[in-house]
Amino acid sequence: MIPAQFDYVAPTTVDDAVRALADAGDEAKVLAGGQSLIPVLRMRLAAPTKLIDLGKVAELRGVREDGNALVIGAMTSHYDVVRDPLIAEHAQLIAMATSTVADSQVRHRGTFGGSLAHADPAGDLLAPALALDAEMVVHGMDGRRVIPASEFFVDYFTTALRPGELLTDVRVPKYTGWHAHYEKFNRVAQAWSIVGVAAAVQVEGHTIQQARVGLTNMSSVPVRATGVERALIGQEATPEAIKAAAEHAVEGTMPVADGNADAAYREHLAKVLTSRAVTAACG
Amino acid sequence: MTTAAEPGQEVGKGRLRKEDARLITGRTRWTDNMSLPGMLHMAMLRSPMAHARITNIDTSEARQMPGVLAVVTGADLADSQGSLPCAWPITEDMKSPDAPSMAVNQVNFAGEVVAAVVARSAAEAADALEGIDVDYDELPVVLDMAEAIKDDADLVHPDLGTNSSATWIFDSAEAGTGGSVDEAIGSAEVVVERTFRQQRLIPAFMEPRSIVVDPTGEQVTMWSATQVPHILRLMLAMTLGVPEHKVRVIAPDVGGGFGGKLQVTPEEVITFLLAQKLGRPVKYTETRSESLASAHHGRDQLQKLTVAARRDGTVTGLKVELLADMGAYLRLVTPGVPILGAFMYNAIYKIPAYHFACTNVFTTKTPTDAYRGAGRPEATFAIERMMDELANELGMDPLELREKNWIKHEEFPYTTVSTLTYDSGNYEAATARAKELFDYDGLRREQAERRQRGDSVQLGIGISTFTEMCGLAPSRVLGSLSYGAGGWEYGAIRMLPTGKVEVITGSSAHGQGHETAWSQIVADKLGVPFEDVEVLHGDTQSSPRGLDTYGSRSLTVGAMAVLSAADKVIEKAKPIAAHMMECSPDDLEFSGGKFTVRGTGTDTGIADIALAVFAAHDLPDGVEPSIDADATFDPENFSFPHGTHLCAAEVDTETGQVRLRSYVAVDDVGKVVNPLIVEGQVHGGLVQGIAQALFEEAVYDESGTLMTGTFADYLVPSAADMPSFTTDRTETPSTTNALGVKGVGEAGTIASTPAVVNAIVDAIRHKGVDDVEMPCTPMRVWQAIQSGAQSAAGPGAEPGGGMGSLDAEGGAR
Ligand SMILES: Cc1cc2nc3c(=O)[nH]c(=O)nc-3n(C[C@H](O)[C@H](O)[C@H](O)COP(=O)(O)OP(=O)(O)OC[C@H]3O[C@@H](n4cnc5c(N)ncnc54)[C@H](O)[C@@H]3O)c2cc1C
Repeated sequence: MIPAQFDYVAPTTVDDAVRALADAGDEAKVLAGGQSLIPVLRMRLAAPTKLIDLGKVAELRGVREDGNALVIGAMTSHYDVVRDPLIAEHAQLIAMATSTVADSQVRHRGTFGGSLAHADPAGDLLAPALALDAEMVVHGMDGRRVIPASEFFVDYFTTALRPGELLTDVRVPKYTGWHAHYEKFNRVAQAWSIVGVAAAVQVEGHTIQQARVGLTNMSSVPVRATGVERALIGQEATPEAIKAAAEHAVEGTMPVADGNADAAYREHLAKVLTSRAVTAACG
Repeated sequence: MTTAAEPGQEVGKGRLRKEDARLITGRTRWTDNMSLPGMLHMAMLRSPMAHARITNIDTSEARQMPGVLAVVTGADLADSQGSLPCAWPITEDMKSPDAPSMAVNQVNFAGEVVAAVVARSAAEAADALEGIDVDYDELPVVLDMAEAIKDDADLVHPDLGTNSSATWIFDSAEAGTGGSVDEAIGSAEVVVERTFRQQRLIPAFMEPRSIVVDPTGEQVTMWSATQVPHILRLMLAMTLGVPEHKVRVIAPDVGGGFGGKLQVTPEEVITFLLAQKLGRPVKYTETRSESLASAHHGRDQLQKLTVAARRDGTVTGLKVELLADMGAYLRLVTPGVPILGAFMYNAIYKIPAYHFACTNVFTTKTPTDAYRGAGRPEATFAIERMMDELANELGMDPLELREKNWIKHEEFPYTTVSTLTYDSGNYEAATARAKELFDYDGLRREQAERRQRGDSVQLGIGISTFTEMCGLAPSRVLGSLSYGAGGWEYGAIRMLPTGKVEVITGSSAHGQGHETAWSQIVADKLGVPFEDVEVLHGDTQSSPRGLDTYGSRSLTVGAMAVLSAADKVIEKAKPIAAHMMECSPDDLEFSGGKFTVRGTGTDTGIADIALAVFAAHDLPDGVEPSIDADATFDPENFSFPHGTHLCAAEVDTETGQVRLRSYVAVDDVGKVVNPLIVEGQVHGGLVQGIAQALFEEAVYDESGTLMTGTFADYLVPSAADMPSFTTDRTETPSTTNALGVKGVGEAGTIASTPAVVNAIVDAIRHKGVDDVEMPCTPMRVWQAIQSGAQSAAGPGAEPGGGMGSLDAEGGAR
């Protein structure tokens, strides 16, 4: 369908974008890649009176190093994330998860920041961001603040962003030398995850030194599988040990039932996929 | 065994399709691309309720909104809209409700149109929908067919007094074509009974439906994204009482249909009425969500089958009892779709006793109607699943069981228990080729190994040896089934003065490649270059007669009419050629585009004759100055493509995920005009049939709301979800038509669904599973394994274990 009428501005700097957002008040929406927002507008599930398009804000695009962290601009497209050499070296998990997002058209338009700000629990990038202890850098009229991923995702499609705030960058600590895998389970290639598991491990010899595991679509927000992580650390990377650790995957989850899966099946999948993700990450 | 084109011949050549560049780039006349001077735009308001009385509609706000020219409700159209046509009263006492295009007092499915806005722009029309306020009084929904036919059920249409529209029965004992099924079952050594669910599907054509109506000429012109411009014109005249000659219908390039555009739609009628009322062109294009919710759906049956057999595998009887969901109304051929299946349950097998009974049921859901295969995929699925179940029961290899029962190639023509005469076929050849390409024996070995190892990934092999009836249809057969039209097709040839050729066809291509195939056929017949042939279709003005495209009929019926017209052109040209060369017509032979005087080198080309006819300066006495000709072809019989499809599926028993490892399709579609087009039809058909097995389902919630109302929920697969298909052909020409061709448009869809489900069941049968409901989602497969594993220790774990079946010796187990 055709969206309801709205005004449109395309600022070129973060400052201008923040101002435009403040000026427009409650009825404004930020437009990133539009891959989630435009469908919502077209189905008239939302009717903002003003769209602030970030597409022309060059400073929001790209990936750079800042000491022990990577800084990923909110407007970096999925396509660029997948190909980025810094991400490949220091945060491989994010590239792996991003490569499973949708299809190549969507990956060319959709953005890293847009996915996180949209906070769809079935979105594939939330669990990696959470597992890797990413930090969300946001700007508003009151200035800049930093929100840890563990506090950023509040509920279905709801984040800790306040009205008038923009997500500008995502800071991800470097996980140089870690191994990672994103195990996505869905029914057709371009679909969202029914369940997804993001795993990153640091292995020395055969021993798992550190582990980060995040779950996609096992609750209204991404879930950090801390029980699994604890059970893995210090273990030999054997199938038995990994399988035993994966049994903890359902702790702290509250899966929903939908047309693809009921809660019991999701719980079962979380365990199987956790085991597979960690096994693949351990290589 | 595939055809190669003979040198110098067009037929048999894998030509790229001449229509593709414009279709693929979209630089063409899709209906929604059209814009006429002064054109207005329409938007529809649809009921969110599945079943409710409309108590009030307030349009006052919408009328005041910017750009709005008209807002109409059902009450405004009640006197003019008539009732949408159903052309197939399957029984004399069939119950059929009034079917208004726009609901007047009551809505009977979610998505039914309750009001429409016409505005200057599409955006203004969409905005104004929000200014319409409808009050509904909810009625109880009717969603479950089995419940709906119980005595105390809530009724969709209370005035009909029942939810059951009609029951159609065929019985071989009564028809004299076979024995009594009850006797066969009573005296059988083995009886297997199963109930299958054919889930509801959505045709999901690529181009949403779109309509433009221009009332400003002497004829009202309607452009519509339809498969059936000719039927639409007739039905508009009959439904609305407008004189037929005052209506012109054009189906410009149409982006797919799959049966979903074989319809006379509420939207077409409403657009027509509003354009007439306003005296200005009006366009309506549906959104994808509107399309999914309200364009007709397909399938949706409950199928109970009972098969009787001897222990040696000989099938002795088949009983089929169906419930078919009509949805809320009977659309153009809704009631007949499940009945088409009646002739196909016996499939390629010699079944001595057969009984078929189908009850058509109303529910408060979107109406169903034709969808690729229409009745035949349902039948093929059920019988092919049943053959696997019977094989398991008997401990036989499922291919051997099929071979034991199928019609041998030397037995053609063969008249089946359901009265059809199959003209030709060679099931042995197709099966042998498929086995070879598939490595049947190797995969069976691997299956056994994985089973023994207890591998978490199990392998299954699925078989579908199918046939289908297509090329709809001999008019007298349609008459005997009370269908409201014939099954002929029209074609014409216009010889232009420069020797170029215009071919007119009553078939109405919507993606099939008629322009290319018809050009190849005519190029060969008239001996003109392929490039010199232009094919015109889909406009009631340029192609004045026709019955359009569906049921894999275009080549076997439509092209035959064209071919017959070409014969007439040659016949008409002959006396003129004789006159030009001063010989007797009897001394002439026509080949390669030339009339040659036998025994001499003298010849005259068809182009020279076309020019001479145009000038008309020197024609023989009494000969009209035209060699144009037309013809109408009524087929003698259906065509019966067949084939053997083999599918290898890997089932991840930990997650229930199914991965198709390989898929071999050996089809026999008779002679092939263009192998590339055939390949395309087979591939597309396979994907659509596999999609039914694995992915697609129209799901309603308990309030009757469609839950799969976008492509995020209605899972149409892409190439990424498919294996690479191995296709080949055997070639047993049809003996019914001069080209030896059979239909290919639906074969892939009909054959593939049971091959996939059989493969899945085969992979996990040792875990106690004997069926997985479609679509076989990972969760369903996983759950089947879980519950099967619980009962696996009991009966049914091994072949012959009697899963839900009866054994005449042991009685019920
Ligand atoms: C067919 C299809 C399939 C898809 N499949 C997947 C999948 O498999 N996995 C997956 O993870 N995703 C999937 N997506 C979603 C895709 O990843 C989107 O790109 C993403 O969810 C949103 O990113 P965007 O840049 O398009 O944001 P937009 O759609 O532009 O915005 C989304 C929301 O975030 C807000 N927003 C955006 N940027 C900012 C910002 N910088 N600051 C504050 N608020 C902001 C917007 O206001 C809006 O509310 C799919 C999308 C489509 C269309």
